[in-house]
Amino acid sequence: MAKKITFVQGNEACALGAMYAGLDFYAGYPITPSTEIAETLAVTMPAAGKKFIQMEDEISSMCAIIGASLTGNKVLTATSGPGFSLMQEALGYAVMAEIPCVVVNVQRGGPSTGNPTHVSQGDVNQARWGTHGDHSIVALSASNHQDVFRMTVEAFNIAEIYRTPVILLFDEVIGHMREKLIVPEEGEIPLVARLRTSLKEGVNYHPYLPREDGRLPMSDFGDVHRFNVTGLYHDMWGFPTDKPELVQDLLRHQINKIENNVHKMTFYKSYFLEDARTVLISYGSAARSALSVVKQRRNRGESIGLLELNTIWPFPAELVRECTQHADLVAVVEMNVGQLTQSVRLAVGDQQEVHLINRVDGQMIIDKDIKKILRILQGRGI
Amino acid sequence: MEITRYRIIFSGSGGQGLVSAAIILAEAAVLHENLEAVQSQSYGAAARGGATRADVIIADGPINMPKIAQPGILICMTQEAYNKFSGLIRPGGLLISDKKFVKITQRVDARQIELPLYQTVVEEIGNPVVLNICVLGALIGMRGIVKKGSVEKVLADKFPPAFMAGNQMALDIGFEMGFDYAQ
Repeated sequence: MAKKITFVQGNEACALGAMYAGLDFYAGYPITPSTEIAETLAVTMPAAGKKFIQMEDEISSMCAIIGASLTGNKVLTATSGPGFSLMQEALGYAVMAEIPCVVVNVQRGGPSTGNPTHVSQGDVNQARWGTHGDHSIVALSASNHQDVFRMTVEAFNIAEIYRTPVILLFDEVIGHMREKLIVPEEGEIPLVARLRTSLKEGVNYHPYLPREDGRLPMSDFGDVHRFNVTGLYHDMWGFPTDKPELVQDLLRHQINKIENNVHKMTFYKSYFLEDARTVLISYGSAARSALSVVKQRRNRGESIGLLELNTIWPFPAELVRECTQHADLVAVVEMNVGQLTQSVRLAVGDQQEVHLINRVDGQMIIDKDIKKILRILQGRGI
Repeated sequence: MEITRYRIIFSGSGGQGLVSAAIILAEAAVLHENLEAVQSQSYGAAARGGATRADVIIADGPINMPKIAQPGILICMTQEAYNKFSGLIRPGGLLISDKKFVKITQRVDARQIELPLYQTVVEEIGNPVVLNICVLGALIGMRGIVKKGSVEKVLADKFPPAFMAGNQMALDIGFEMGFDYAQ
């Protein structure tokens, strides 16, 4: 069968990816620039026998998908900065209770209502530390619609494997622009199904007792097993505890399950890095402009390359170190005041000075902007 | 291989259907001619009556930059759009405007073509709602960016059959007017 070629917005590509991944339940509150995700799913989900609910706000949206996930569903919500702020409390609950869910944040200018119809990448660290307390989180990004689709599917897979919320950090440019998407055929991208306990009815089920491989089989809430789910530190039955050793074990478990598997959830693209003396690092729509610069400069013989990160959190520090160790110049291209630049600096350490190439006026950073700053950094004058 | 690259901006006012025209053009290129295209629009509080702008880039290879700094082709369907965007045009580019809506005032280093699109659509079809399709017809008549048949396929897939006749007429009228200026 011929592949299905579509011409869609990034938000539609995300919705299609979610359907491909087996999305069962969506609850959300529309907000620019993410609205088309809800719009698309409001049509496709009921037609496929799935549940779509428009909630009264983003707090209830996040809570609704947590509840639906517990009962055995693959779940999604989509929002932008202001809504993402409202979701932070429940997002922490999903981290603590280890509930698989996917949250899309199509970034716009902030803080507060900010710059609703314009692009930004200002929520990178909110995704990492938006909810309180020590924890790890997964956040993925994409610069084109094929990757938006792919990363959306991977987000569902990671959510199931590690029983964690996964954030899809897109941006207004990617969400709203239209380009070609070749919809993968069934089976082309592997899907991870919910890991359910094999314990029968009447047998004690411990919801927070990891198997040997560290994974926690789930039992659909409300089905045959009775168990407790709480945002408090809890024991293997799910009941609250403040025993120091159990608190520490749970905290370490929740962080280690992510941080010890960074390499398994690192998605990235490298362009001309083999001999690059100048290394650009970027993600999301900014990476399109960075790639444009790299291709233009390569045509003129300059040894310049790009590392595009699809996985932002957990931060792939080792990869960044490897890709930059032979560089003379490292610069991060992003549309914020240097949120990922900080992490790159930490990863690289004293080995390299890391520069920031940014734009924070609601406009997409373009190739010319990057070239202007590169000229200064490379000592070529303005 | 030579990469053909068109950078086109459709500008006018919300409700004229110019964003739709841009999407139809890009869909014709991607879905029926195996080309690459990226389409985006200025996104503000520009509902009906406000200024709108839609960018389309068409090429036979990957397109990185989705926004156009210097359009090779600029279409202006209001005076406001003309005043705002005509300075952007690439030297030697093509500027298409509607006689009824735009009075050419600026010296622009481009070929400026004024067409009576609105007047013709109203006189021959009687319904200005298909003006955007007429604009699209004029554009491809002039520059042959995509085949007329590809646009017809998109129109047939996208809209109910009841609208096809009006759209087809508008496309034909525009195409003929544009073809007179084909290079």
